[in-house]
Amino acid sequence: MALALQQLINGLTLGAVYGLIAIGYTMVYGIIGMINFAHGDIYMVSAFIAVTVFTILATFGVSSVPLALLLVLIVAVLFTSVYGWAVERIAYRPLRGATRLAPLISAIGMSIFLQNMVQLTQGARVKPIPPVLVGGIDLLTVDGFTVRLAYTQILIVLVTVALMSGFTYLITKTSFGRQQRSCEQDRTMTALLGINVDRTISLTFMLGAALAAVAGVMVTVYYGVVDFYIGFVAGIKAFTAAVLGGIGSLPGAMLGGLLIGLIEAFWAAYLSAEYKDVATFSILILVLMFRPSGLLGRPEVEKV
Amino acid sequence: MATLVLATHTISPAARFKDAVAVAFIALLLGIPMIGLTTVDQGGTLRVATRWPTLFAFVAVAFAGRLILRFAIDQFKAHQLTRERAVDVTTVASASGRAASPLLTWVGWAALGVALTLPIFFSDNRYVVDTATTVLIYVMLGWGLNVVVGLAGLLDLGYVAFYAVGAYTYGILATQFGWSFWEALPVAGAMAATFGVILGWPTLRLRGDYLAIVTLGFGEIVRVILVNWTELSGGPNGIASIPRPTFFGLELKPPGDDPTFASFFGLEYSPSHRIIFLYYLILALALITNVFVSRMRKLPIGRAWEAMREDEIACKAMGINARNVKLSAFAIGAMLGGFAGVFFAARMGFISPESFTFSESAIILAIVVLGGMGSQLGVVLAALVLVLLPELGRDFAEYRMLLFGAAMVMIMVWKPGGILAHREPTMRYVAEGDSR
Repeated sequence: MALALQQLINGLTLGAVYGLIAIGYTMVYGIIGMINFAHGDIYMVSAFIAVTVFTILATFGVSSVPLALLLVLIVAVLFTSVYGWAVERIAYRPLRGATRLAPLISAIGMSIFLQNMVQLTQGARVKPIPPVLVGGIDLLTVDGFTVRLAYTQILIVLVTVALMSGFTYLITKTSFGRQQRSCEQDRTMTALLGINVDRTISLTFMLGAALAAVAGVMVTVYYGVVDFYIGFVAGIKAFTAAVLGGIGSLPGAMLGGLLIGLIEAFWAAYLSAEYKDVATFSILILVLMFRPSGLLGRPEVEKV
Repeated sequence: MATLVLATHTISPAARFKDAVAVAFIALLLGIPMIGLTTVDQGGTLRVATRWPTLFAFVAVAFAGRLILRFAIDQFKAHQLTRERAVDVTTVASASGRAASPLLTWVGWAALGVALTLPIFFSDNRYVVDTATTVLIYVMLGWGLNVVVGLAGLLDLGYVAFYAVGAYTYGILATQFGWSFWEALPVAGAMAATFGVILGWPTLRLRGDYLAIVTLGFGEIVRVILVNWTELSGGPNGIASIPRPTFFGLELKPPGDDPTFASFFGLEYSPSHRIIFLYYLILALALITNVFVSRMRKLPIGRAWEAMREDEIACKAMGINARNVKLSAFAIGAMLGGFAGVFFAARMGFISPESFTFSESAIILAIVVLGGMGSQLGVVLAALVLVLLPELGRDFAEYRMLLFGAAMVMIMVWKPGGILAHREPTMRYVAEGDSR
């Protein structure tokens, strides 16, 4: 029971991170209908930026944890969104109107490029940072097993909830959100109504990158290590989450992320840690067999 | 209209300068966290190191590069416009559509001739023949995947799974049960085809990108099982000392008790025999694949694949069994991948899960798409580019994968329909913002 509770906490934390990355996939898919394979690597870039900024802050002797976290978040979000913008501008915008597969290949190329660029400029070795936020709350102890809720886990869940609320507001209530949803439905019509479609798409990429940046900072704080390969694994998981929840749907992305996090945590604890990825993908296939548009996705009605 | 467009391309030098400054500024923002700053591990703790000169050089290159590129593009566009105005556009489109194919046929035959004679010219250059063998493996994989992606229009991101199934089937049959290459080849093909159906079955109802992630997941499942099921696959250590293929039962090895290839034909033994034999073997396999696929295209099932790609609902309305059509595409694509896998295992003599990662799937898919979907010759060209690029880049060592990624992006942006677009649309809807 205690183990289950602990895994529930761990799974929700992991799921929150996946959910944040998955939103980037879902939004980009919604607006231009492509899988942004480089999104996982954007997240990885932000984790490296976080490491650099944490190290700089440590050199200058910033010891206040909230201040350090806030500064790192701001810097990482700013620089990472520039990366999101640049990736879209260089690799995807010229391919607007091309076949569906062209941007996919260019995205895979971008992903290879970003991975190797970080490996070259930042080094191939794992980067450890000293723990930023230590300690936690001991919830209960059963038979010598203590269920622990770490402060980093609280932080991740709180930040995710706050971001999700803000984001839902942005998409459903603001004028930018209306433009964004309108571009999803019909880009030509949106352009005719005097909305700058290219700008909206660029902003969508920057927003997705900003959320990935937050996820990157959180993971850096949570695990304390980063390397240039984390983007690939997290990217695949987050993309799976987006599809599981129904690609194009924001609540779906979050739900999918949480589900994948929980499946992984429980499978690793009770069955086998080696096969947790097999479990994740098998469940994805099973769900898609019965709900081909994902859990919260609208079934698309094809008209002839 | 044309003059209007022309006018936008002749921008003033001041505007060009401004544009380049903007690019340099973006380059600065991108460069600061990655090039300008880095962290160095010093006795367990990180320390920040700066590389401002490199960052400055990067920004300068971005500025100058943008200035030159912008100028070149503008010149090119202006030139194109004047040419287009001179000739009626419709005649150009139809003429190039017809004129291209005899030329391509000649290129195809020429490529075949080069492929057949290559080992004769390079019989003493092991490196060239080896690289050519690698190219041919990718050509064969590309042709196999082309059935699934190019013809049937099913986006498969886990093609490497079938390659792995073929390789491991041969590896296990050969090392555990002593099967020879030729005995195992059809079995491995059938095995891979079975896996193709297993993958295809749950994905029948899925559309485009849902299919992409499921196939990607399937590829990962196969790889994770290979890593962890140590009793069957040898785990991360893989399977070693897989026997080499024989020439009708004659082994290609130094003279011994049994008759070998060299002793049977009265030749002096040379290690290059095996290299050249392997080269011709994969060439034959690839050519059989090519003929097989091009014949399939002319059969009703091949037509049904292409029709399914264009419009699934119309196909169903015409009474085509969507399930059988999709499953057959998966099965045949998988079988061809399986054959290539058997060859790979036999050539290397050693296989491990590391050879069957997602990046391998991505490269094969890139070959199909870069080549121009559905084009057989395009696959050859793309395989040449994608295999030779990292080989040529050996001098740049650590930069080669970086350049590889950049090249993938650039080729795609330059030719969105692939190097040899199978059918260039005569009319294209220009999406908003594309004029730049």
